[in-house]
Amino acid sequence: MLRFIIRRLGALAATLLISSFLIFAAMYAAPGSPESFLVQGRTVSPEVLASIRAQYGLDDPFLVRYGHWLGGVLTGDLGESLTTRQDVASLLASRIPTTLWLTAYAAVLIVVFGVVVGAIAGLRGGAFDTAVLLGSSVGFAIPTFFAAVLLMSVFSVTLGWFPVFGSGSGLADRMSHLTLPAVALALPAVAVVARITRTAVVEEREAEHVQIALARGVPWRIVARRHIVRNAMLPVTTIVGVNIAALVAGAAVVEHAFTLDGIGAMLINAVQQKDFAVVQAIALVLVAVFGVVNLVIDILYAVIDPRVQLGGESA
Amino acid sequence: MSAETLARPAARRRGGDLAVWLGPLGIAAAVIIALITLAALFAPLIATHDPDIGSVVQRYQGPSAEHLLGTDQSGRDLFSRLLYGARTSLFGAAVVVLLAGGGGAVLALVAAWFGRNVDAFLGRVLDLLFAFPNLLLAILAVAVFGTGLAQVTIALAISYVPYTARVLRSVALRERRLAYVQAAELQGLSGLVVSLRHILPNIVPQILTGAAINFGYAMIDLAALSFLGLGVQPPTADWGLMVSQGKDSLLQGYPQQSMLAGTCIVVAVAAFSVIGERLGGRKAGGRA
Repeated sequence: MLRFIIRRLGALAATLLISSFLIFAAMYAAPGSPESFLVQGRTVSPEVLASIRAQYGLDDPFLVRYGHWLGGVLTGDLGESLTTRQDVASLLASRIPTTLWLTAYAAVLIVVFGVVVGAIAGLRGGAFDTAVLLGSSVGFAIPTFFAAVLLMSVFSVTLGWFPVFGSGSGLADRMSHLTLPAVALALPAVAVVARITRTAVVEEREAEHVQIALARGVPWRIVARRHIVRNAMLPVTTIVGVNIAALVAGAAVVEHAFTLDGIGAMLINAVQQKDFAVVQAIALVLVAVFGVVNLVIDILYAVIDPRVQLGGESA
Repeated sequence: MSAETLARPAARRRGGDLAVWLGPLGIAAAVIIALITLAALFAPLIATHDPDIGSVVQRYQGPSAEHLLGTDQSGRDLFSRLLYGARTSLFGAAVVVLLAGGGGAVLALVAAWFGRNVDAFLGRVLDLLFAFPNLLLAILAVAVFGTGLAQVTIALAISYVPYTARVLRSVALRERRLAYVQAAELQGLSGLVVSLRHILPNIVPQILTGAAINFGYAMIDLAALSFLGLGVQPPTADWGLMVSQGKDSLLQGYPQQSMLAGTCIVVAVAAFSVIGERLGGRKAGGRA
């Protein structure tokens, strides 16, 4: 197990290294020079321009600049924003809590509603099952940004239950500000997870070992919990994990829709303003988080299902 | 699920049983897709107004004989804008699906034919692409190449390639190991000929299934990028952009634009995912 984790961590580190190179190279190749952005249309003498280029190390060869940036990243220095001149690391630090709260809230919703509703639908069947099947088909087709606008229209504008903008401060206030965004972010994933859970539970319910357990007189409650749901959790873990990992990027859309001050919204702004220092820092953070979440899923999967070959696969 | 899978090949062979195979839901989905495609193709003929021109005096009108679905914040006709919006939405998604399916198929065939080192190398490259969430790759592409439908479409297509390539590779690999392929190889046919003539036709069903499923995802992702202001640019009509532009009006109490455009997206995506399910004989949520 430990060897498996160490190997996967090594692979993750290698992926991050190559990703950082790709991200930096892409920003480097982007048309438009950073110094023309820094002077913002003002006419400046060639000497000033040269000093700016020297200050930001713009005349250094590509690999030197990449090495410089990577060295900074490893020591926690992400550079300086081109638009605000602020330290990118501290900018990020001030924005990360909102994104973290939002995605954690959405992840809880996915697990609670997706898995629980799907499992009940699979175990009970009947009208509830049909309702869940229909609901998941529709929910799956609703894009997060439209869900955001819908929720805003109904619960903020019409009913006035939740605030429209901002992320709030303090636990209760934050929860109230983040409820609609988290629901919007979680909705499509809840639909998918509920559907997969339901299918897995139904398949398991019809399995021979379940029929035999019931025939032997094991109470339904115990069969349902120990034999059906437990076995059905294998495919569910994967799909829950994939959907939680996808929240990393999906949060940007919801943050933009609700004008939350998370790193996703910050990324979109930075892209529009061509603030490459911020873009490459956030991109690297997102790839890292994405990789770590995926790694955690794989480890969890191996813990839940001891049959998983730890040595064999690399993907 | 199993009944569906078993019933499928037989029903498919008899072309007349298409309706049976599709089922009521499938027929509805097919009709919706046909209607949206027609709307996109003949938008200039059907539209009652120029989608990009409006007069501010006529803003926020309700449905009337003059404006079937009312007008938006600039007094533009919403019905006409929805028709034209179908064009960008469908075209973008179609290009993503074509490029991703084509690219994935080529990579899969190359990996399956050469095997060993080539297969392993391509696998590594795909793993690297898997490290980037789809949306992030498209956002980065906009940072580098600027905003626009073309930029985000190509970037999304690239981010979809790993998914299609991985699925198709396993199918192509299974085909590659079959006796008739080995025989063709022994006869001295070149890898290119065997791959294109014999392996490719046998993975076409998987390519089509993947395309139908990915179409819905691509529509959602492209609309999301336009919603973020990174894809289709105003004043061009696009469903995602219309949801975004309608947000301000909605806060002022005029929700029509966002709701209509959003509903179009939901209906279209649902229709494509139903067809994708029928093709693949499986439930929504699986990604090909």
